[in-house]
Amino acid sequence: MISHNDKQTTPVSITSSEELSPGIYLIGFKRTFDFMAGQVIGISIGENDARRLYSICSGDKEDDIKILYKVIEEGYLTPQLSDLECGDTVWITPAGGEFTGEPGPAVWVASGTGIAPYYSMLRSGLGENKILLHGNRYLEQFHFFDEFQEILGQDYIRCCSGESGDGAYHGRVTAYLEEQNDLNPGLKYYLCGSADMVVETRDILIRKGVPFSNIISEIYF
Amino acid sequence: MRKHLFGLTLEELKTVSQSLGLPSFTGGQLAEWLYKKEVSSFGEMTNLSLKARALLSENYDAGIIPPVDVQESVDGTKKYLFPALEGKYIETAYIPDGKRSTVCVSSQVGCKMGCLFCMTGKQGFQGNLSSGEILNQYRSIPEWRSITNLVYMGMGEPLDNLEEVLRSLEVLTSDWGFGLSPRRITVSTIGITPAMLEFLNRSNAHLAVSLHTPFDDERRKLMPVQQVYPLKEVLKEIKSWDFGRQRRVSFEYILFKDFNDSPKHVNELSRILHGIRCRVNLIRFHPIPDTPLESPDEETIIAFKEKLNAKGIISTIRASRGQDIWAACGLLSTKKLADK
Repeated sequence: MISHNDKQTTPVSITSSEELSPGIYLIGFKRTFDFMAGQVIGISIGENDARRLYSICSGDKEDDIKILYKVIEEGYLTPQLSDLECGDTVWITPAGGEFTGEPGPAVWVASGTGIAPYYSMLRSGLGENKILLHGNRYLEQFHFFDEFQEILGQDYIRCCSGESGDGAYHGRVTAYLEEQNDLNPGLKYYLCGSADMVVETRDILIRKGVPFSNIISEIYF
Repeated sequence: MRKHLFGLTLEELKTVSQSLGLPSFTGGQLAEWLYKKEVSSFGEMTNLSLKARALLSENYDAGIIPPVDVQESVDGTKKYLFPALEGKYIETAYIPDGKRSTVCVSSQVGCKMGCLFCMTGKQGFQGNLSSGEILNQYRSIPEWRSITNLVYMGMGEPLDNLEEVLRSLEVLTSDWGFGLSPRRITVSTIGITPAMLEFLNRSNAHLAVSLHTPFDDERRKLMPVQQVYPLKEVLKEIKSWDFGRQRRVSFEYILFKDFNDSPKHVNELSRILHGIRCRVNLIRFHPIPDTPLESPDEETIIAFKEKLNAKGIISTIRASRGQDIWAACGLLSTKKLADK
C-alpha cells in the first residue's frame, strides 16, 4: 500500500514475527490504541521513513496488533521487516480507514494477504452469516483455514490457482465467481486484495446482477 | 537497455557527465539540447566534443522516442500511442482549442486505483513511468512547440508515482529545462493525502482533485481509495494549505445519472467546499464497457452547474473531446496491447 506520512507515529516493540509460509509473515506488537476490525495502520522502520499501509490482522480486543505481509523482493519495506526480530522497534500510526465490518450477512472476497481485514473481523466477532472466498496460489497459503472453517463451515471457499486438492476449488476467485449463477444481489460484497482481482471481481459481480452500491472494495495499492 | 538521459534533472545530467570523465558543464549543454532544441540523438549535439558524443552514445540513449501511432478525432483531438515499459504502451491526448492547446500525459501504465468509472483501471497496473517517459509524451508530439497547457490526467494516478512526477515537473518548469510556467500545468489526483501534501510542498503546479460525490458512502462505492484516504481528510488538508493568489485547486466531478446529480449533491458540495477558493469542473460521463453508470441528460448537467454557480461555487462543464477515438476523459487504455 501507499505511504502514509500524515499521521503521528509511535515506536513499538515487536512481540512476535513468524514466517507462515515462504515469503508470508505475521508480525505483532503491543496494542496501545483501539481500532475497528478492517482498518489499516501505517508502518515504517525509522521514524521519518516512508510509511506503508497494512490491514490489521488481529481482533479488536486482542493484546497484540498483528500485520500480515508478503515480502516483495524489490520492495522498500517488507524485505527489511522480515529481517526484524522480537524486541526490535517499528513505528506505527494510529488505525484509520473505512473498510470496516458489519454484523449482517455479507460475502467476503480476498486474494492473498487481502485476507487480513476479514481475519480481523472474524476475530472481532463479525464472522457470523458470512461467506468467504479466498484466493491463493498454493494450498499452504491458506493460513487461517482452521479458524475460518470453524465459524464459516462450508461457507469458507478456498480458491487455489496453482495446485489442486484438499477440497479447494482449483482456479482463481474470479473463475469461481464466473461459474456461480445464483449470487444474491441483496448481499453486501466486500473485496480486498490486488487491483486486478478487485476490478475483475467487481465487473463479474455487476454483470451477474449485483448492484455496484452493494460492492465495497479495498485495493492493496 | 541503456539508460535514457531525457527526463533527468540538471544535477543528474552533471553527475552523468562527471561519471564519464567529462566536465560538469557538459551537463548544462545536455540539458540545453534535450529540453530546448529539436534533436533526438547525441550525434546531433554539435557543441559537445566528439569524445563526449562517443562516450554518451556508448553508455546512454537520449530517450526521445516518437509515437508509434496516432488517431485523430473529428474535433481535432489526437490520441498518440507511445511505447513505454518493455512491451507496454501508453496513450497521450493532444487537445487543441483555439489559441489554447493542451497535452494530457500519462504517468503510469495502467492504474491501481480501480475507480468504477475509469477504463484505465480495467487494465490493471503494469508499472510506473519514468520522468523521461512522462516528458517524452510532451516533447515528442509534432505539436509540442505550440502547447500552452499540460495536464497530468492521462493513464494512471500521478501521485502514486510521486518522485517521477516531481522530477518531470522540475524539468518542465526550470529555466534550464523547458521553462514552462507551473501555472500552465495541472496535476490531478484521486486524493492520496500524504503524496498530495508532498506535491503541494515541492511543486507550484495546479492541483486537481477527483471528487465525484460529496458523500463518503457514495464515494467509496466509486473509488476504493476512499477506504484509506477519506475525502474529509483530503479537504481538511486543502483548507489548511495556502495556495496564494496564483496557484489553483480545482475539483473534478463526473456526473452520473441518478447517483450524484441531485440538488442534495449541490447543497453538500457547496457545504464541504465552503472556504476553498476553487473551481468545480463538471465532466460528462463517457460510458465504458460493462459499466452500471450512465450520464445524465444535457439539461440536468446544465441545471447542476447553474445551481452550483448560484451557491457561489464556480463551475464549468468540460467539453467532451476526442470521444470518437476513445481519447476523452476516463477512456484511455492500452489493455489490448498489454495483453498481447
